[in-house]
Amino acid sequence: MTKDTEIIMTYLKSTISACLLVLLLGMSAEAQITKKAEFGKFAITNGTIHTVTNGVIENGTVLIENEQIIDVGADVNIPSDFEEINASGKHVYPGFFDAGTQLGLQEIGAVAVTNDQAELGDFNPHVRAFTAINPSSVNIPVTRVNGITHVISMPVSGRLAGKATLIDLYGYSPDSMAVSPNAGLHLNWPTSKKGGWWDDRSDDEVEKEYKKDLKELSDFLSEAQFYDKMMTDFERNPNDKQQPDMNKKMQAMREVVNGEIPVIISVDAKSDILDVIEWTENYPDMQFVLAGVRDGWRVADEIAEAGLPCLVSTLYTPERDYDNYQRPYQNPGKLHAAGVKVAIATGEVENVRNAPYHAGFAASYGLGKQEALKAITINAAEIFGVDDKLGSIEKGKQANLFIADGDPFEPMNHITDVFIRGNKIPMVSRHIQLYQQYLDRGAKTN
Amino acid sequence: MKKLLLLLFAFCFTLTTGFAQEKGSVLIKDGNLITITNGNMPNTDLLIEDGVITQIGNDITAPRGVETVDASGKYVMPGIIDAHSHISGVDINEWTNPVTAEVTMEESINPNDINIYWALAGGVTSIHLMHGSANVIGGQNETLKLRYGSDMDGLRFEDAPRTIKFALGENPTRVHGQGFDVQPRTRMGVEQVIRDHFDAAIDYQRNRREYLDAKEAYDNGNRSTPPVPVAKNERLEVLVDILEGEVLVHTHSYRADEITMLMRVFNDYGIEDYTFQHANEAFKVAPELKKNGAYTSVFADWWAYKFEVYYSTAYNASILNANGVKNSINSDSGELIRHLNHEAAKAVHYGNTSKQDALKMITINPATQLGIDEKVGSLEVGKHGDVAIWDGHPLSIYSKTLKTYVDGKKYFDRAEDADDMRLKVDAEQDFDEASGRWYNENGRHSETCLRGAEIRFSKQGMKLQGN
Repeated sequence: MTKDTEIIMTYLKSTISACLLVLLLGMSAEAQITKKAEFGKFAITNGTIHTVTNGVIENGTVLIENEQIIDVGADVNIPSDFEEINASGKHVYPGFFDAGTQLGLQEIGAVAVTNDQAELGDFNPHVRAFTAINPSSVNIPVTRVNGITHVISMPVSGRLAGKATLIDLYGYSPDSMAVSPNAGLHLNWPTSKKGGWWDDRSDDEVEKEYKKDLKELSDFLSEAQFYDKMMTDFERNPNDKQQPDMNKKMQAMREVVNGEIPVIISVDAKSDILDVIEWTENYPDMQFVLAGVRDGWRVADEIAEAGLPCLVSTLYTPERDYDNYQRPYQNPGKLHAAGVKVAIATGEVENVRNAPYHAGFAASYGLGKQEALKAITINAAEIFGVDDKLGSIEKGKQANLFIADGDPFEPMNHITDVFIRGNKIPMVSRHIQLYQQYLDRGAKTN
Repeated sequence: MKKLLLLLFAFCFTLTTGFAQEKGSVLIKDGNLITITNGNMPNTDLLIEDGVITQIGNDITAPRGVETVDASGKYVMPGIIDAHSHISGVDINEWTNPVTAEVTMEESINPNDINIYWALAGGVTSIHLMHGSANVIGGQNETLKLRYGSDMDGLRFEDAPRTIKFALGENPTRVHGQGFDVQPRTRMGVEQVIRDHFDAAIDYQRNRREYLDAKEAYDNGNRSTPPVPVAKNERLEVLVDILEGEVLVHTHSYRADEITMLMRVFNDYGIEDYTFQHANEAFKVAPELKKNGAYTSVFADWWAYKFEVYYSTAYNASILNANGVKNSINSDSGELIRHLNHEAAKAVHYGNTSKQDALKMITINPATQLGIDEKVGSLEVGKHGDVAIWDGHPLSIYSKTLKTYVDGKKYFDRAEDADDMRLKVDAEQDFDEASGRWYNENGRHSETCLRGAEIRFSKQGMKLQGN
């Protein structure tokens, strides 16, 4: 009896202390997790402001109110009701923009049920990344504390993978995050190249399959153009005509064939890029953007002449064993030198946070710091038609910016504050929380 | 006569091997020396003679016939050492059994791999060519020097200790437990596979020794107890060597629980000087690692490509360093190895590791983990002339490698870099293959450890995962 009571008491004691410990730990963890963004009036003062579109302002001020930048300059009066953030010795940049990711669509690469970027089927223009963006993805805070405020997130499977979405990295729903729910249609260009040593098709078979893929694609577009014309005719004179049947895929193609949103074409090999250029000439009313473009440097003049912007990265190995080791780093610079508009697109998910370093390598290998800065801000905004709102620090633009203690392309430097749509974002992520929790475990948890 | 021929042959063999591992001499003048172990020395000369650093100081004059390189305004740093690489590996996964300690990367090296040159262009001079992570006790690894242009033997790091790959967690449980219904299917099973084989090795060692002793006695005329043969077992021989401390263990691992499990097992069997590779959750048990004197070799920021790395932090390296754990930053990738200096700089970004310590993580620390720290990993008189010259501080994203030397011989020079640096033009590669897509294809390029162990079928046929 006594023994039993003792055991129960010991059990209770340990349970109670365990509960207390859990409660205490929970509270401290909760304090961090529930830290919310601050929305208000902010004055960033004494900073070096890299406006991107209007040069660099030393010792400048940025005023933020109601999602907007309401003033920027060296001589700005600071109203008394604005919270001052002293950026003395620091640098202010527009939020960085990664123009090609799967952020929000994939959580854990190897866990299939957390992957929403690859729908079944070859032609999916009606499938939308916007639908499946998970605003609670752990990857999102991890990304934005590194100064990346906007991404294009895209479906990736099949021929027409679906609609890419342009989101900012703060919000409780896809709707609140979306800048352009449908930012473009992602097309995986069929390749005329063999896959590798395991690809035992003959050259003829490869060629035949490529032609077949191209024909399917062109037929699909012809059908879409016809559907759009038919629908437009009907919409103009609904009374004169019989209502055509609804076709969801074709309906989704209308904004594409009308040129309202671009086709983002993933293409890497030189000959494929040349084919793409030729193919796009068949569709003068449509908009096209190239993505990947790893052989771009080989045909930079042709791409420039065709006026096709390119979404590119730098941190990959050369395409061919016989390519110079610097080509991936130089590709953005060589494209720019030929007159191509380039924007940084990492193609990443959990490490979109490395976008500034892709830009840094581009800067270092020919693009230069100023152009690299544009490639990760205003160029992407222009390519996706949102440069009225994003991409630079200008009066009247959305307040998307960050403060850094130095050049943000240098990994040794730190981002100290991030603003998205005027919200001062808590500098918290899983990575930072684990750091705070485990840097010094202290005696009590040993 | 036969013996004489044999001797002659052996002599010739030594000659050819010696020739493959050519050593050079060079005087690097007025550079900013980042010695790693003895601070930074501005405007200092470094003399390498016949492959070895012979002098560090001012106003050193070049011995006759030794080239002088002006490094004023430049940075001179020991060659980067990558403690986890698969470049130049031909086959890396003997995945047919949960334990394959008998196999080795020793003869699975492609000296013509262009990735070797690309790594040199990033200032790397040595790599730990590792077996894959498909089995609990995988094959033996090989430590290499990047003497691009020499043959397979010429790439070996002479007298580097033997090392072996272990792997815990998802990879071995998926390949064996889920793939073949063979233990281990769980982390519980992983522990038992290791213990079973160490126990077997201990028994084998005793039985084998008793047999050999008995055989010797028998051969010497003691015919009273005929020896009962115990066959030689290569697999168990290697495990015995591990228990004897002759083979350093490098363990692919992620979670804190499996890391502590292995430390417990190693304590039980008296195994020391081991390194946890990847070790994404090592930060959670940094004090335990420190207490056991275990090393870690981590990614700068890779995470979330599989469940066991979901609770990761890029602050891992900084937390480990702050807790006194000797840590290195590795690549496990043909891409990251091109800029390990930049990967090390991330330790400054995530958690304010000092620049000095960040550089240790790609030089002397990996050297220690591979047991070659007496020879490389810092600029010290007596150490090998494995050195890179940089045009700026190596942790800056704007800095580039200008020249890379191994044993005082120059293997990379940015000024002489040609478009095509292949040693051997492969007829099969004349056509331009389509690479994978530019974007992350479902974590495909995230980890190369399982190369050859996961087979995917596609419209075009069979494909081995990971390049």
